[in-house]
Formats: sequence, C-alpha cells, structure tokens
Amino acid sequence: MHDVASTSAAEIPAARSPDERWRVVARNAFPFIVVGGLWEIVAHLGVFPARLFPPLEAVAAAFWRLTIAGILPHHALDTIIRLLSGFALAAILGVAIGFAMGRSRRAEDIFLPLVAIGAPIPGLAYAPLFLLWFGVGNLSAVLLVGFVAAFPIIFNTWTGVKAVKEIWVRSAQAMGADNRRLFRHVILPGALPYILTGLRLGLAQAWRILVGVEMLAAVSWGLGWLIFGAREFLNTDVMLAGIAVIGIIGLALEKLVFQRLENFTVVRWGMMS
Amino acid sequence: MTAGGERMRSVRRGVITLVVVAAAYEAMARSGIFPSALVPTLPKVGSTLLALLLDGTMLAHAFYTLYRVLLGMALAIAVGLPLGILMGRFKPIENFFLPLASALMPIPSLAWVPVFILWFGIGNTVSILIVFYAATFPLLLNAWSGVRAVNPLWLRAAGAMGANERALFWKVIIPGAFPFIITGVRQAFLRAWIAVVGAEMIAASDWGLGWVIYDAKEFLNADVMLASLAVIGAIGFLFERLAFGSIERATVMRWGMVRTAKG
Repeated sequence: MHDVASTSAAEIPAARSPDERWRVVARNAFPFIVVGGLWEIVAHLGVFPARLFPPLEAVAAAFWRLTIAGILPHHALDTIIRLLSGFALAAILGVAIGFAMGRSRRAEDIFLPLVAIGAPIPGLAYAPLFLLWFGVGNLSAVLLVGFVAAFPIIFNTWTGVKAVKEIWVRSAQAMGADNRRLFRHVILPGALPYILTGLRLGLAQAWRILVGVEMLAAVSWGLGWLIFGAREFLNTDVMLAGIAVIGIIGLALEKLVFQRLENFTVVRWGMMS
Repeated sequence: MTAGGERMRSVRRGVITLVVVAAAYEAMARSGIFPSALVPTLPKVGSTLLALLLDGTMLAHAFYTLYRVLLGMALAIAVGLPLGILMGRFKPIENFFLPLASALMPIPSLAWVPVFILWFGIGNTVSILIVFYAATFPLLLNAWSGVRAVNPLWLRAAGAMGANERALFWKVIIPGAFPFIITGVRQAFLRAWIAVVGAEMIAASDWGLGWVIYDAKEFLNADVMLASLAVIGAIGFLFERLAFGSIERATVMRWGMVRTAKG
C-alpha cells in the first residue's frame, strides 16, 4: 500500500506535460517580475538617490564584479565555515546534554534550571559579553553561534528521548537488548524526528544571528561584515548583492541539507511522511 | 518514592545546581584571575541592577525597547495576518505572495539593518522596521497554514446549515485557524525580541536595552551588561508566560481546541 502510494506520487511530475511545467515556472516567476519591475521604475525615476536605491542591473553588476574578483565567494565561505563550526559545537553538546537529560533524572534536575534560565534571553544579547570575554573576532562569533544554536537542540533532544514509548524500551529489554543496542536501535531512531527538528531549529537560529554577530564582532571576512562595511561607503549595490547571497545560502541550507537528511532517515523509516 | 517526594528532590537538585554554579562564578570573580571589570561579582551585578532600576534609566531603556517591539509587532500583525488568511482562501493571492515570501524568508532580518540605516537613518524607524520584517513571516505562514488546515467538513457543514460567506469566515475559519495564529504570534514575538536587541546594538540610538548592553562594552561595564541581560530575559519570559499563556487560555483552550498540557 505504502509502496503504491509512493510510486504513483513519483510518477505524477514525470507524467506532466512540459507545457504544464512551464506554467508552474511562469507562475512562480511572475511575482518577481512584478516586484522587480516596480523596483526598476522607482530606481530609474530618480525619486531616491541612485547610490541609496540602485537599479537591479547595478546590483547584478556588483554581484558579478565581486564574484569574479573572488571577494564574494571568500566572504560567503568564511560565513559558512563559521556557521558550520558553531553549529557542529552546538549539535555535539546539545544532543549529548539532551540525551543525558532524557535518560537520567539526575541530569535533568541539574541541567533544566540552567537551560530554562538561559533560553529566554535572545542570543544576540550575549554578543557584547562574549566579545568582552573572548575578544573581538572569530572565536567569539563561533562560540556565540554555538551557544545560541544549542538551546533548541537540547530541548528537542530531551523531549524526543522522553517521547520514546516506554513499551518499546521494555520490549527491547525483554528481548535481551543491552544498553548499547537499546540506544542504537530503539532510543536513537525513536528520538530522531525530534532531534532533527531541534537541529533544524538550531541551524535556523544560528543563521539568523550569525549575520548580526559578524557585524558586531568585526571579523575580517564574512557576509555580515561585507554588508556592514559597505554602508560606510554608501555602496548599496554591494549590500544588496550580499543580501542576495545570504538569501541563497539560507535557502540552500533548508532545501539541500535538511530535507535530504529527513528523507534519508525518518521518512524512510516510516516515522514521518 | 511518592510523586511528591520525587518532585521535592527535583526542586532540591535544581536549587543545588544553581547555588553551585553561582558559587563557582563568585569564586572565579573574587579570585582575581580575571579583571573585576570583566567578571563582576554577583552582589555588584545585583546592586547595579537595583541602582539602574531605582534611578529609572533601566525602565526608560525597557520602555523604548518595548515600544519598538510592540509597534513593529502591531504592524506585522496588521499586514501578516490578513495577508496570510487571504492567501489561504484565495489561490491567485497565494500564487503571487508565496514565492515572494519563500524568497525573503531565508534572509535574516539583521542583514537588512545596514540597508535600512542608509534608507531611514539611525533611530526608531530602523528598529521598528526590522521587528516588522522579522515578525511578519511567522505570522503570514502560520495564518496561511491555519486557514488551509480548517477541516473541510466543518465548512461544508456550516454551508449546509445556511451560513453565508461572512458567517463562515468569522464563525468557522477564524476560530479554526486560531491555534495556528497564536503559534504564529508566539514565534513572531520570539523573533521580534531577538531582532530588536540586534537592531538596537547595530543601529545605536541612545535608548533601548540592546543599546545599553552594546554601549557598556565600550566602558568595560560587565555589571551593566549582566544587569540588562537579566532584564531582557525577565521581559521575554513574562511575555511568553503571562501574555501568550493567558491569550491561549482565553481562546483556544476555552473553545476546547487544544487540551491543557498537564504538569
């Protein structure tokens, strides 16, 4: 039954006529054409100074120029490395703490008050404190991103481990599973949908503040810094090109990383559709 | 052990954790390894907080921050909710706005701060617009999915009982979508709260909790920073618990759409 449903669902897009596919593309492109057209009209009418409100071709030219010169890729790469190292830190610590809290009452009692106090403060508010303690630059930025991303990961892992049905654990134990097997074959798969949600939220949270952190921490490369620095010279075209790259990275993180990961694990195991 | 005894033990352990962490911090602060300007003792942070609260500056900062958040949120609710509901009801509107929203959503609100500073100058406008940008998308998407999630059976039942379009909207669709809308407002507030602190730090403007923290860095006033952090955390916590909790109890829980979580 399940197989039938999935194959027929997979066949529908293939069976579509190319005509219909074009219609979908056109329908999705239409709003951008309208908004882009309005932008062009306003930019060319000269209502606002061109330095502050550049036409789209100037933004595209800036994008192209900076990409060819290798400046934009360098900024983007540094931002991504910072994001991933902070996120890796958060993922390892967050999942470990969350698991401990979910499995042991003692760990739960110890960590819960700390997490509950830390979580409601927006992560960015800690930024100046981190800068003061760890100095201006990369270390502060990575630590802060990791710190902020850790909270949703801890919460969701904890909830996920607690949501594993007691009866699964007991039946696995009755069938003679040792602790290691229990963890590997019951608790981890059972908690994984929650953990993935936590990782996703953590990455989104990290991404939302990273740009701001880069502006505050005065790192030498990074998209946030590129945008912030361009303000001094009124290079609005560079700023908008930078924002476009930020949007592309954000979209790619969501579509390429997480949807894939989910399809490979929990959807395949039939725990989510 | 009884449930009550277990609960007592949890509370006792929690308190012990906090006391141990506070004592460790205090020992570190007093040991003199780190300069006291960077790692102030807890009594110092407490007295700074009290002094700032008593002379009214902290209240003024909190007032400015709240003013920006609430105005930005109000704008976002005025735009995001109706648009989301319309998107859920009318296909052409969805076709037009959904691609735009999906393209703008992955861009963090703070990326716009420098652009908005150029366009609108430093001050209140930038922070309010950033809050607006941060809060609109969760509202829009939740309202949209809420309207789409309304059980079609309810719509048909109401239609069969002779409800006109207007009654259908106010009596079926809005209450049906309300749990989603409340989730949207909650998420929007969380994002707005982060965005306002960031915007105040970057678009410095003399008042606001984010600005105090950032400004204190220049003078190495870690005690002021920690005091403001406590205020920011307290306000966020109060909003989450009191404001949204009571809205939820007064609406969706009373209507029996979500059950009260136990414990």
